[in-house]
Amino acid sequence: MFCLPPSPFGRGNQKDMTKRFLPVFLSTLAFLFGWHVFTRYSGIPNFILPSPLSVWARFLKAISDGSLQYHTWITLTEILLGLLAGVTFATVLGYLLAKSRALEKVLSPYLVASQAIPVIAIAPLLVIWLGDGILSKVVICALIVFFPVLVNTVVGVRAVPAALYDLMRSLHASRAQILWKVEVPASLPVFLGGLRIGATLSVIGAIVGELVDAEEGLGFLLQVGDFQYDTPMVFVAVFTLIALALALYGFVRALEVRLLKWQDKT
Amino acid sequence: MPPPILTIRNLTTVFPDENGGLRALRDVSFDVHPREFICVLGPSGSGKTTLLRIVAGLLQPTSGQVTFARKQQPRIGMVFQQANLMPWRTVLQNIMLPLEIRGDGDHDAHKKAREMIELVGLQGFENSLPRDLSGGMAQRVAIARALIHDPDLLLLDEPFGSLDALTRERMWTELSRIWQARQKTVLMVTHSISESLFLADRVLVLTQRPGTIKMDLNVDLPRPRRDEMRYTAHFGKLARKLKEAIE
Repeated sequence: MFCLPPSPFGRGNQKDMTKRFLPVFLSTLAFLFGWHVFTRYSGIPNFILPSPLSVWARFLKAISDGSLQYHTWITLTEILLGLLAGVTFATVLGYLLAKSRALEKVLSPYLVASQAIPVIAIAPLLVIWLGDGILSKVVICALIVFFPVLVNTVVGVRAVPAALYDLMRSLHASRAQILWKVEVPASLPVFLGGLRIGATLSVIGAIVGELVDAEEGLGFLLQVGDFQYDTPMVFVAVFTLIALALALYGFVRALEVRLLKWQDKT
Repeated sequence: MPPPILTIRNLTTVFPDENGGLRALRDVSFDVHPREFICVLGPSGSGKTTLLRIVAGLLQPTSGQVTFARKQQPRIGMVFQQANLMPWRTVLQNIMLPLEIRGDGDHDAHKKAREMIELVGLQGFENSLPRDLSGGMAQRVAIARALIHDPDLLLLDEPFGSLDALTRERMWTELSRIWQARQKTVLMVTHSISESLFLADRVLVLTQRPGTIKMDLNVDLPRPRRDEMRYTAHFGKLARKLKEAIE
């Protein structure tokens, strides 16, 4: 629902909003209803497939005792710090790689090789090295975010039209002026595309870290629910994660719509 | 005649390639006097754009000198084959770019940009984005941007090459008018004989690669130039001269 192109009539068009969200709303409702009917008449026990109502009840309980907020906050902190670190490193390194073919030649085999290793495989190592606290999750999260942002930064910076460099140089612009007035805005569309992918992956990174070993966070909540046959709790944790991922994605989309108003309407 | 503001001496450019280098320019020399409108005319691949890029400081010649009379680093306004606007900036913001780069005051910049918009006839489009402009309008913005910082030299690289014939001819009249209003020194590259005769005081004809100056023609057509002039016998005679020099 977030991947629709921005409306040409701008935001806040009531009819437009209804049109966009009505199908999502209706299909969600139908899904919940189907789920409810299925659990009620299939005879599957609650600890294998809980009914939507029992998930809702568990959700309210987790809210009222404050545990859901607490663990969500921990996971969100990991995600945001991981995003910040991953995006910062990826952007700086991506810019340098885009500007220097020599550096690219030296580093690209390592970068590609690093992508051949699934993060899940090295997550236990990172937890051993960095402890079961928040730091190991932030690092795992940063690692998973790093690559798509890096690639898109390189592609974005390389795609800056040569003619704009000519223009800036004919005006005796400084390096900093070329960076801020040309390179940053020109590469922004591709960069934000990478950020959008990175933002969704960051949720996976934090959870992978928490599942390896953690004392807190939504991944921890998920595991506790699993061990205690508290399956409604598992569902609550999963839906909270979905909501986090959607919120992050929506945030980057909103950023794109806001910053890229100048792009061709497509 | 006043002393030249730009002297070009023995310019030679060789681009390295596999078979001993591509020779783009050979021994090009000429002077540019203040307020002169010079067209460099030549077939494609005659090194016209190379010449312009060297004058703009975007390219180092293999040998030879480009010397500006007054300052070491002259102010240059450049218009490219494509309008080359920044798509994320409005018309007004695009025009103000050269002042921003020089670090000029914001208020003054706005005032000057509005003057420029008036000069090129784009009132009402100040806040439009480049995507909403036609080719001719975009090129007007590019001309305004090239003039706003009061450059010592205006360099035009086939600025109307990508426009349709009718728009192009309208732009000639416009450019002629703007040139007379702003009293600029212009060096323009083109492959159109009528364009060079309509606009220039002098036409330099470059040969096929490696480009070298084959003819330096004084265009003695009266100003202001009008469309009808292109159908006179004298215009035809000059055009034939240029045509023969190119071939």
